[in-house]
Amino acid sequence: MIMENNESKMVTIHVMGKSHEVPGDLTIMKAMEYAGHQFRRGSGCRGGYCGACATIYRTKGSYKLLGALACQKMVENDMYIAQIPFSPAEKKTYDINDLRADANAFMVHYPEISRCLSCNTCTKACPQDIMVMDYVQAALRGDVSEAARLSFDCISCGLCAVRCPAEIVPYNIAQLARRLYSKYVDGPAEHVLEKVKEVEEGKFDAEIAELQSLDREALKERYETREKRL
Amino acid sequence: MSGYPESMQESLRLVEKTRPDRVGKALPEMTADEKEKVLQDWHPDFKSDQKRALKIGPSKGMLVPHEVADNLEAHTIIKPGEIDLSNIDYDVDVLIIGAGGAGLSAAFLAQEKGIPTEKILMVQKLRLGDANSKMSQGGIQAAVAPDDNPAIHYLDVIGGGHYENKPELAELLVKEGPDVIRWHEEFGVMYDKLEDGTMQLAPGGGTSRKRMLSCKDYTGLEITRVLIDEFLSREIPFVELTSAVEFIMDDKGQVAGAVLYDMDHDEYLICRAKVTVLATGGFGRLHIQGFETTNHYGSTNDGVVMAYHAGANLRDLDSTQFHPTGAAFPEQIVGQLCTEKLRARGAQPLNIDGELFVYPLETRDVEASALIRECYGREKGIVTPTGMRGIWLDTPLIDVINGDGTIEREFASMLRNFNKFGIDIRKEPMLVFPTLHYQNGGVEINARCETNVPGLFAAGEVTGGVHGKNRLMGNSQLELYVFGRRAGVFAAEHVKNVELGGLTLSHLDRYEKWLDEAGIETDRKAPILLPEYRGKKTLEHQIKLL
Ligand SMILES: Cc1cc2nc3c(=O)[nH]c(=O)nc-3n(C[C@H](O)[C@H](O)[C@H](O)COP(=O)(O)OP(=O)(O)OC[C@H]3O[C@@H](n4cnc5c(N)ncnc54)[C@H](O)[C@@H]3O)c2cc1C
Ligand code: SF4
Ligand code: SF4
Repeated sequence: MIMENNESKMVTIHVMGKSHEVPGDLTIMKAMEYAGHQFRRGSGCRGGYCGACATIYRTKGSYKLLGALACQKMVENDMYIAQIPFSPAEKKTYDINDLRADANAFMVHYPEISRCLSCNTCTKACPQDIMVMDYVQAALRGDVSEAARLSFDCISCGLCAVRCPAEIVPYNIAQLARRLYSKYVDGPAEHVLEKVKEVEEGKFDAEIAELQSLDREALKERYETREKRL
Repeated sequence: MSGYPESMQESLRLVEKTRPDRVGKALPEMTADEKEKVLQDWHPDFKSDQKRALKIGPSKGMLVPHEVADNLEAHTIIKPGEIDLSNIDYDVDVLIIGAGGAGLSAAFLAQEKGIPTEKILMVQKLRLGDANSKMSQGGIQAAVAPDDNPAIHYLDVIGGGHYENKPELAELLVKEGPDVIRWHEEFGVMYDKLEDGTMQLAPGGGTSRKRMLSCKDYTGLEITRVLIDEFLSREIPFVELTSAVEFIMDDKGQVAGAVLYDMDHDEYLICRAKVTVLATGGFGRLHIQGFETTNHYGSTNDGVVMAYHAGANLRDLDSTQFHPTGAAFPEQIVGQLCTEKLRARGAQPLNIDGELFVYPLETRDVEASALIRECYGREKGIVTPTGMRGIWLDTPLIDVINGDGTIEREFASMLRNFNKFGIDIRKEPMLVFPTLHYQNGGVEINARCETNVPGLFAAGEVTGGVHGKNRLMGNSQLELYVFGRRAGVFAAEHVKNVELGGLTLSHLDRYEKWLDEAGIETDRKAPILLPEYRGKKTLEHQIKLL
């Protein structure tokens, strides 16, 4: 929300080179809005789930180039900020039904994965603290389960991909790994399939129809006295 | 080190002191009468001065929040005379507006039912999946447990919705539940499983069984990203950063596509379509009654506005869902969601004295009301340095009850989001207060996802009827796929019977006439497309020179 009466300490941030005085306890996103920016690109869920607000920055006196999500990172004094709202990368097309859960799936679609230098730059860039290099390496070994597990919290923000010296796009590899894991290593839950079959056979239709035939009072009575197994 | 300031420490100490005695304890659920009373006295929806009856349109007389009425009793942002409909940029069979779970599902089924891929178009305001769908943490309901079934689920849905649901929609919701989960697993969605390969199931507010399936606390992220991966693999045409701003009609009274707005170029585009599927999601960014919201940046009610301009019936928009537990501290993330699953796994709401005051899994409306009452009726809230009041949600109990490591394993996103601001939810509780979460009502649809306007289908949060006056956790995620898929199927079927006539925007003139006749004088315009968060000075000095 607009914060006109913010009394907190002011700091200076430099958004793509332009300096603004903003309250020091805002996130980068809210601070940019405070300064007058209206996002079109670069703002999505605003809760750390979509990766639309990937941002790189440096602070004064440090050579380090850091990455963050603008909606999750507080401003600091003399922060030099640029957003990377789009990460140019080709997602390969595939029919998941035609693949197998092995290293070959990655080699065929993303052969550049074999260029990984194990430099760990990706891991350092990740705002989700994911062991990016480790999941890339797991995929390379064909350890689909490990790649899926390690990459689960990835939000495809692209910060690892823009930093990777081997030009790998880790999040695409991660996405493929997780789908392969779920489909082929884990497989469907049998009891779900059984329930689907029972529904198709119409096993619960009469019971639902009976509920629908009740008037409001009777339905209410049924609801209030329903058995709970929690 | 504590992540909370000195002023909150005394209350924190009480929380720690009472914790050992609270393990495994819960206050009983309220009686029907108690629920009724706390809702009447404290739920924001029951404040009569916060709503008004719509003065115009097909649902004239319906009570809606002022913010929604303001959005509907507003001028259109385009005027028919300004738009050249003869230059068609996209000519398709099926136009889908909004790439959340509902829109993506509709696209798949339209394609599977024979619509040529190049004859489908998805338009999306932000990027694919920058949507409420991606943000769901807690889970999705489906009656897949051996001791559960769709009839049991049905009763929970209807009772939770205060018996105001459309029965045929609620029936579809519960019956197609298990199949949606099967469908997800076929695509490769990673659901949480137990050692024996069965689904891990949790209870939710108002459920009578453990019925909540999850993907850690990134359920929506996991499902949505898999669907997007599939969507891109199927090469279905789409445009991002492009909003639909009004429907186009034809001279036979059918919806025949939409005027689009390229948000990068400030340019309008014309899409002619035989069938249009509306899947634009909810209205959280209208900030009903000034509440903070959990919703994504693009949830500005555009779909309801456009549909109303075209003559669509609305329903149940008088009821709004406030999630009981939005973050109340730290200031940077106020309003963001703290998933209901935290309570399902043992976290207890506590007042300033560290005492229990409510059953933790009431339906959302009742739970939210009880939290508001504790803060403002009983004055037992915890006050933050900015003056906001909140309630403790005692998260460390989750590990106490379920074993160390549970929070890290099941609540990675919560742990991370609070850690960024110095609060370790394994050691300290969260501070929470109700937040604007979900639009219970919306555009009315039938079992085929048709609205009353020919050629216009709708699915997802933009619609009303499935949940009645209150939605249960996990049923919205389910709704997206149940009704998104149906919208795709029936839209594809409908395409075969459509002959479009000449294109027109005369319904916008009609709308202006309604406003005029009702004596509504305003400079408001809608849809708004994006919320306004810029500072006052910027807005006062705005000028368009380029
Ligand atoms: C933080 C959060 C947590 C939640 N947790 C749960 C949960 O655990 N379980 C559950 O069941 N439900 C949950 N919900 C609710 C549920 O996720 C949403 O109701 C649901 O995802 C809505 O899906 P949808 O496809 O209808 O809309 P959305 O997913 O919001 O997608 C609509 C899309 O349309 C776009 N759009 C809007 N207007 C236009 C326009 N004019 N032109 C073009 N595009 C437009 C939007 O930008 C958006 O991308 C949660 C919601 C939130 C916000
Ligand atoms: S792995 Fe890469 S894309 Fe995923 S969250 Fe980390 S930096 Fe972003
Ligand atoms: S940055 Fe690239 S090369 Fe370096 S470890 Fe990561 S994936 Fe490998």
